[in-house]
Amino acid sequence: MARRLNPWRWVVLGLAALYFLVPLAASVIFTVDVPGQGITFDAYSQIVSTDGFGSSLLLSLELAAATIALVLLLMVPAMVALRLGAPRLRPVVEVVCSLPLVVPPIAFVAGIATVLKWGPDYLSRTPLFETFVAIQNPSFPFVLVLAYVVMALPFVYRALDSGLRAIDVRTLVEAARSCGAAWPQALVRAVLPNLRGALLNASFLTLALVLGEFTVAQLLGFTPFAVWIYSVGGSQAQLSVAVSVLSLLVTWALLLTLAGLGGRTRTASSRG
Amino acid sequence: MTATLTGVDVAPPLTSVKRRRRVPGWLAVVPLLVFVAVAFGVPAIAMLNGAFSVKNQTTGATSYSSANLTTSLQGAYLTALLGSIKLSAVSAGIGTVLGLPLAQVVVTSRFRALREAALTASGVLANFGGIPLAFAFVATLGNAGVLTKHLGLTAKGWDLYSFWGLVIVYLYFLIPLMVLTITPALEGLRSQWREAAQNNGATALQYWRHVALPVLLPSLLGGFVLLFGSAFAAYATAAAMVGSSVPLVTLQIADAISGNVLVGQENVALALSLDMVLVAGLVMAVYLPLQRRSARWLDA
Repeated sequence: MARRLNPWRWVVLGLAALYFLVPLAASVIFTVDVPGQGITFDAYSQIVSTDGFGSSLLLSLELAAATIALVLLLMVPAMVALRLGAPRLRPVVEVVCSLPLVVPPIAFVAGIATVLKWGPDYLSRTPLFETFVAIQNPSFPFVLVLAYVVMALPFVYRALDSGLRAIDVRTLVEAARSCGAAWPQALVRAVLPNLRGALLNASFLTLALVLGEFTVAQLLGFTPFAVWIYSVGGSQAQLSVAVSVLSLLVTWALLLTLAGLGGRTRTASSRG
Repeated sequence: MTATLTGVDVAPPLTSVKRRRRVPGWLAVVPLLVFVAVAFGVPAIAMLNGAFSVKNQTTGATSYSSANLTTSLQGAYLTALLGSIKLSAVSAGIGTVLGLPLAQVVVTSRFRALREAALTASGVLANFGGIPLAFAFVATLGNAGVLTKHLGLTAKGWDLYSFWGLVIVYLYFLIPLMVLTITPALEGLRSQWREAAQNNGATALQYWRHVALPVLLPSLLGGFVLLFGSAFAAYATAAAMVGSSVPLVTLQIADAISGNVLVGQENVALALSLDMVLVAGLVMAVYLPLQRRSARWLDA
């Protein structure tokens, strides 16, 4: 594979580096070099004290935790079961998990908004109405968790599928069962440890998705982190760019951790 | 689910080998299917239903018709839909053409570290859409952006909040996406093919024209389609940058969901969503067979 270095390679790499690094560098300059004030780090020190920063970030993290828990709880048993004994259901699950790719988030949220409107319109006297109100509680909008789990399905499916492909689930489970393990024990103590990489991969992808998600949350009227950055942008340009730079660094750190833990960052690619 | 799994335990060991596997099998999949049916199926059906129902203003009765769809393909809505398609096609085309040489340089690099770093960075950047991306570019090339001011770009007619401005921003996540998509195919190119071509006297150009590109073509097309779909569905970046100065279907839908529509056109947002789903479905229908075709070269 080793070929001599030629100018072509350097031109391509140089241009790419320029295009991808300049906006980042310019953003940093924009935040620290304020016209009329010289070099200042005010934008960064202000972040924490700005209204809504803590609560919106906390909300995003809570949503992420709930989404990760729910999506893994739904997907892991199903995916393991597909390997063990229900191969005929595999195409079904594959299609079901790919469907969200066909429905752009904005179209999905249009559908959700319509369903939520049924609450006051038709269901006001039924117990279902209470449920509708409960899942739209602004302090923890569970409806967003439902939406995010659906949106995370394609990535989680792919991460778990590649993880399961690398191990022999059947042999593991049979070995555990022969040693007298009950089913849950075999799953938790034999299969899951071998899926560590895939589970981490799936969790990080979901975390990145939830932290960056804007469309669904904004149009349903909730204020997690991304929506907060957007709302700050209108009045405080420096501050919003500073938060953007920070959030990129955090995402970067997360994905590098993921790569370091032995997962494959590249599965992140398939984002539609 | 735990209950069903343990329940099988009582089956006598001799007869149970087959049953033990089948019973928990589909039961463990049921919660997933039920969840998707509720969280995804219900909104999808609501969208379909709404897209085809029209409320009569005088009687208040609702009837089914394709009026919403017809409206969604007229006037400003049609302009927005076409604007989205044009923006997605142009940026996906440029992303494909620029992503291929970059991926090729990265894949054939002698330095393992460079390769790993570039692919990890692509993974990050391909997911770096949305609000932060928009603000980073506003800080760089916006009206008060660092580059705009230092290079005096406004005087030269530069405007970030335009069609080409959006293309430049979209490429920031589309090119890395292309690199990630095309890398497995490039890794599948055998060095023997290049050597065979060289032994037969082919120049590098001829090798690319007659060997490499035909092999890569399905992957390239698949990548283009994926990029198109990604650009087509993007909303956050555009919303934070251009407001409504560039007509895009996602912005129109958001506007309509927020209630900014004419009386009697409340369901047009749903019809527009349906239009988007149809385009995205078409994209997937083209992408999946292409991906399967290109996978052949990787397994061989």
